Amino acid sequence: MASQEMEELVQREYTQGFVTDIESDTVPPGLDENTIAFISNKKGEPEWMLEWRLEAYRQWLTMTTPSWAHLDYPPIDYQAISYYSAPKKQEDKPQSLDEVDPKLLETYEKLGIPLHERAALAGVAVDAVFDSVSVTTTFKEKLAEAGVIFCSISEAIREYPELVRQYLGSVVPQGDNYFAALNSAVFTDGSFVYVPEGVECPMELSTYFRINAANTGQFERTLIVCDKRAQVSYLEGCTAPQRDENQLHAAVVELVALEDAYIKYSTVQNWYPGDEDGKGGIYNFVTKRGDCRGDRSKISWTQVETGSAITWKYPSCMLRGKDSVGEFYSVAVTNGRQQADTGTKMIHIGEGTRSTIISKGIAAGRSDQAYRGLVKVGPRAKNARNFTQCDSLLIGDRCGAHTFPYQEIGNSSATVEHEATTSKIGEDQLFYCQSRGISEEDAVNMIVNGFCKDVFQELPMEFAVEAEALLNVTLEGAVG
Amino acid sequence: MLEVKDLHVTVDGSEILKGLNLTVNPGEVHALMGPNGAGKSTLSAVIAGKDGYEVTSGEVLFEGKNLLEMEIEERALAGILLGFQYPVEIPGVKNIYLLKAALNAQRVARGEEEIPAPEFMKLVREQLSFMKMDGSFLQRAVNEGFSGGEKKRNEILQMLVLQPKLAMLDEIDSGLDIDAMKVVAEGINSLRNADRAILMVTHYQRLLEHIVPDRVHVLVDGRIAKSGGKELAHELEARGYEWVLEESAA
Repeated sequence: MASQEMEELVQREYTQGFVTDIESDTVPPGLDENTIAFISNKKGEPEWMLEWRLEAYRQWLTMTTPSWAHLDYPPIDYQAISYYSAPKKQEDKPQSLDEVDPKLLETYEKLGIPLHERAALAGVAVDAVFDSVSVTTTFKEKLAEAGVIFCSISEAIREYPELVRQYLGSVVPQGDNYFAALNSAVFTDGSFVYVPEGVECPMELSTYFRINAANTGQFERTLIVCDKRAQVSYLEGCTAPQRDENQLHAAVVELVALEDAYIKYSTVQNWYPGDEDGKGGIYNFVTKRGDCRGDRSKISWTQVETGSAITWKYPSCMLRGKDSVGEFYSVAVTNGRQQADTGTKMIHIGEGTRSTIISKGIAAGRSDQAYRGLVKVGPRAKNARNFTQCDSLLIGDRCGAHTFPYQEIGNSSATVEHEATTSKIGEDQLFYCQSRGISEEDAVNMIVNGFCKDVFQELPMEFAVEAEALLNVTLEGAVG
Repeated sequence: MLEVKDLHVTVDGSEILKGLNLTVNPGEVHALMGPNGAGKSTLSAVIAGKDGYEVTSGEVLFEGKNLLEMEIEERALAGILLGFQYPVEIPGVKNIYLLKAALNAQRVARGEEEIPAPEFMKLVREQLSFMKMDGSFLQRAVNEGFSGGEKKRNEILQMLVLQPKLAMLDEIDSGLDIDAMKVVAEGINSLRNADRAILMVTHYQRLLEHIVPDRVHVLVDGRIAKSGGKELAHELEARGYEWVLEESAA
């Protein structure tokens, strides 16, 4: 198949690109201390929270946007963004699903997340964040029986201030980086999870984020704390409507795993990627970090990234506890004019810490992507081990894939292995499948899914199916 | 069934096939032999529709239809199946998944329902044991880490499941030890019937001891220089290709 034919395949439809017609309560664009006070007030936050936000804001003002990433985009005008948007009828928070605006529920149906049925069927508890407000959290009671707290971060700040105060910013400090500082100042919602000592969370927890209103940014903040010997599996899904202008998404996710705790965090990110010519789409600047604070704790990140015009994201693990384990499994797919600079950081601090990185990048169309990974072994991390594998698959000849592995090894007993491959989607593989009567498009899907298998098998079952389907949609027409 | 008429094919600007003519009828087994570089594999690649081969003149008809205008998968769905000399590895894709996708593509093209899973498993298991292959083959990624012999058996397994009208085998005997050769040959022989044609490309006579052809063709310098019955293969084995070259030059 000729490569120009492959190019024709770069036709894709973004099926989540609908806009929900809901009256929303949105602040005018612009950012200053008053905006932050407004958000804090809207959320009914205590004084310390406002102070914390303002501290972050003042730090942010002194910082500059990072330029080291392999990304190309015009400067963002932070004064042109609205920092708070809530569906109007949500002003008085609903007490149960029956009180939720049917149009909102319809949106979630369209997204394939019927809150009641699907959640019930799958046994998944869902927290849905629509623009800046958490709409509803299902299965609260069942979780409460187990002692698990799962609610919006706004609610947690009001209801569990001590827990929030203890852990918020303890993994990603306010001034960690430009986007984290911005988020700390203006975050509007997100999820909070606390699993108490010895409790294995009885169901998978899930959050769906959606940016609906125009010209708004979404700044969610998620904090998950697993106490000693506790376990939780958390799923996160993201979509946004199709709009011509770019929208900013700058989230922060903090995970804390104490002794023998295990947190599994899975993401399927499908923000609107912009059209074929690169118009519109989400700018996704996300700081995700897990802290294996306790001995033998484990944090596992699994991500499937198919959306966003720009992705800047490095879910990381601080391996502090002795024999703690960090894992990063990633599939990033870019098509059209998408750009992604993504990877991970594994910081080995404690003795006997282990980490695994499996990254699969698939670039099609005129997209460009980079894997950027840091493996750092500190002087006390005796016998630390890392295994890294980065594979890139190119579809067509106008896309690019780059690998930037960094290693800083401060302990001679460490074992660090790195394997990397870049291959073009094999014409021989395609020919082989097609000569068996399989259409070109099915053949591409088959080969790409095979390529990603190591990562998909890390996803919870229902997410794996979704991820596979999403991949097929993203690459629809990527070869042709 | 298959008619190749005055076929000229160039690869990267140099002419490989220079006016090849060949007719294959249902029920026949043809062996295409010849020295290295004569264009044997080019013919099967062109029939299957592989990229990179430019047909400058001539035609290829399959059951009266112009094959050269058809997509690769259309040719497969019409009933042509190529067994590869070097089957490619497809990491992460289970063998059974490929088999099922291929079989269902055929069924859907014929307007039939997709095959129910139990029926499919029964079919595959029968053919698997016929090919003396272990059930674990199905769960392994397509050709990944297969030995040469396993790859070739797998190609035949696909033929047994997909039941093509025209089976083309490109150097199916290369890299096989004698036991594997017997299993592969048995598989191919079981495909022989009055409606099916088989076209084997081979370098050596030894395959033809196990699968006795109806017709043998010697391909020299892009053309069929000599055709005959199965005895021609023996003559080639005894005398090499030189005399055919000389004869055709004369």
